[in-house]
Amino acid sequence: MALTEETRVKAREIIARYPQPRSALLPMLHLVQSEEGYVTPAGVTLCAEELGLTKAEVGAVVTFYTMYKRRPTGDYLVSVCTNTLCGILGGDEIFEALSEHLGIGHNETVPDGNITLEHAECLAACDYAPVVTVNYEFFDNQTPDSARELVDSLADGGNGSLPKPTRGASLCTFREIERLLAGFGDPRSEAVGEGPAGEPTLIGLRLAADRGQQAPPYPEPTNSGKVR
Amino acid sequence: MPLTPVLTKRWALPESWTLQTYERTEGYRGLRKALDMEPDAIIAVVKDSGLRGRGGAGFPTGMKWGFIPQTTEGSDDTVAKPHYLVINADEGEPGTCKDCPLIMADPHSLIEGIIIASYAVRSNHAFIYLRGEFVHGRRRLDAAIKEAREAGYLGTDILGSGFDLELTVHSGAGAYICGEETALLDSLEGFRGQPRLRPPFPATHGLYSAPTVVNNVETIASVPFIVLGGADWFKSMGTEKSSGPKIFSLSGHINNPGQYEVPLGTTLGELIDLAGGMRDGSEVKFWTPGGSSTPFLTAEHIDAPLDFEGMVAAGSLLGTTALMIFDQNTCIVRAALRFTEFYAHESCGKCTPCREGTYWMVQILERLEAGDGTAEDIDTLLDTCDNIFGRAFCALGDGATSPIVSSIQYFRDEYVAHYEHGGCPFSSRKALVGVTSP
Repeated sequence: MALTEETRVKAREIIARYPQPRSALLPMLHLVQSEEGYVTPAGVTLCAEELGLTKAEVGAVVTFYTMYKRRPTGDYLVSVCTNTLCGILGGDEIFEALSEHLGIGHNETVPDGNITLEHAECLAACDYAPVVTVNYEFFDNQTPDSARELVDSLADGGNGSLPKPTRGASLCTFREIERLLAGFGDPRSEAVGEGPAGEPTLIGLRLAADRGQQAPPYPEPTNSGKVR
Repeated sequence: MPLTPVLTKRWALPESWTLQTYERTEGYRGLRKALDMEPDAIIAVVKDSGLRGRGGAGFPTGMKWGFIPQTTEGSDDTVAKPHYLVINADEGEPGTCKDCPLIMADPHSLIEGIIIASYAVRSNHAFIYLRGEFVHGRRRLDAAIKEAREAGYLGTDILGSGFDLELTVHSGAGAYICGEETALLDSLEGFRGQPRLRPPFPATHGLYSAPTVVNNVETIASVPFIVLGGADWFKSMGTEKSSGPKIFSLSGHINNPGQYEVPLGTTLGELIDLAGGMRDGSEVKFWTPGGSSTPFLTAEHIDAPLDFEGMVAAGSLLGTTALMIFDQNTCIVRAALRFTEFYAHESCGKCTPCREGTYWMVQILERLEAGDGTAEDIDTLLDTCDNIFGRAFCALGDGATSPIVSSIQYFRDEYVAHYEHGGCPFSSRKALVGVTSP
């Protein structure tokens, strides 16, 4: 898909959200990825023109951030956390298994362009370690076997059998998720309600309920006084 | 120590992220109360509560708010500028996983806290800098902000108070350094996320060089409860200097990893008991009190109180209360290497000690882990850490030294064993080449 006049209209919508235009650059680069699948030279030019920056200034920002891809990215970006905790609990084995299974290394894409593999730094889901994300949706408590099954079912994605994330919405494509990051929402109204909290998220709360423990009550009725 | 769910108390409710559930469980009542108070009175309550920043540094929140120039008098050029509140939701410190579940389960508590805090510091535009990878959190926040706006909690003349607030969510793009508050501000302004020289501090020269408060998600989500319950109620939990409940994130070699909300001052031993003990009857070898930037502690510290003072006394830091717990089968050199690779990857490159130091320390740790190191390598590591700590532009550099210095302090023998045995004594698996950062 090429960048169009409509892309520029959306870019200007982003710019309007901020007190100063340049703040729009990060979401604009997500917008470029939502159209092109990565940050193309044309995307850099568009951002530079709309913000009155040089292409070098935009390029300097693009190269700083891990999520801006500089090569075509698959429909499904598979990220394996290999930071210390996930790595030691099995993330390293998962990455090796996927790398071998797909025949690609870090930041590489399978020949048909469907899947890109990367190892990731901490994904803030350490209580579900080891974690894998697909287009940044969580697949918790993975093993090499479950991760292989996961990518196999991504390859079958055209058959309507996409795997369900553990906590998060049903998978969409990399470009569609970049649209969300640009601030244009998820067009699927049901997506926000998908993905229940997992057991580790709720475990302390459940334990407190089982034990009848709670925080001290407020000292006085909270609805006293004037209520707006 | 009993569990004290406050911030987490709505998380298990059906559709906990919706306005309907939130309003049914005292949601936005703190805001109604706050809007009937003077802004300075809110700052005073937060000061009195002893709330300290939950993002790692533990700076007193009310004091931070009080640094914002509050009058229009005087000739200082910062006075006439708009004020901004910026929420640091760039959760990424290894081991830290509290803000993401909070945002997914109870986004309105963050939004309510933002409105109250903005009112207190006289800000009419607040931003949430959300880590880019956190897409489901973005969905929940977008939806909650829409609900709040439609209900009159955001926008103009909030609940008839005359107070206006715009709230913008801004997704980052994958850079740990943007959790550092001045790097976050540069990133929010559309630049590479590199930290700024301080002073001036964000309180006077923050976003767009205007007075700015930057607060962590958990800090701000605590505010509605403090307004409702009062300072004394909040202080009835925790210790004298570290008040309140706190979400502790337990991960690693324990039976039931997860989020446990208990008063500050609880010990690791108590938390491990809550978490069902160590996995397979294993033993604690080392752990972090608050992410990888806080020096490792060992089994001898499991009875130390997990509060700001207690962790300093134990030789570490409270950080983000991200308790990564590793058992006796974990190779300390492998752990130090992997954390160092992380810091090398995430170093922004602005200052030499951090950029060069982390790069070279990875090389040294790689050969030590592979069994090709020497005694001199250990000295070189410590010397390099000496040259980074306190000499780097921001706390990332200091944090990068924590895993190395503390692991050598407690487990030097294990480093020695690697080069004496010509390999890692823990495993026959090949060195971790191929999965490391480019």
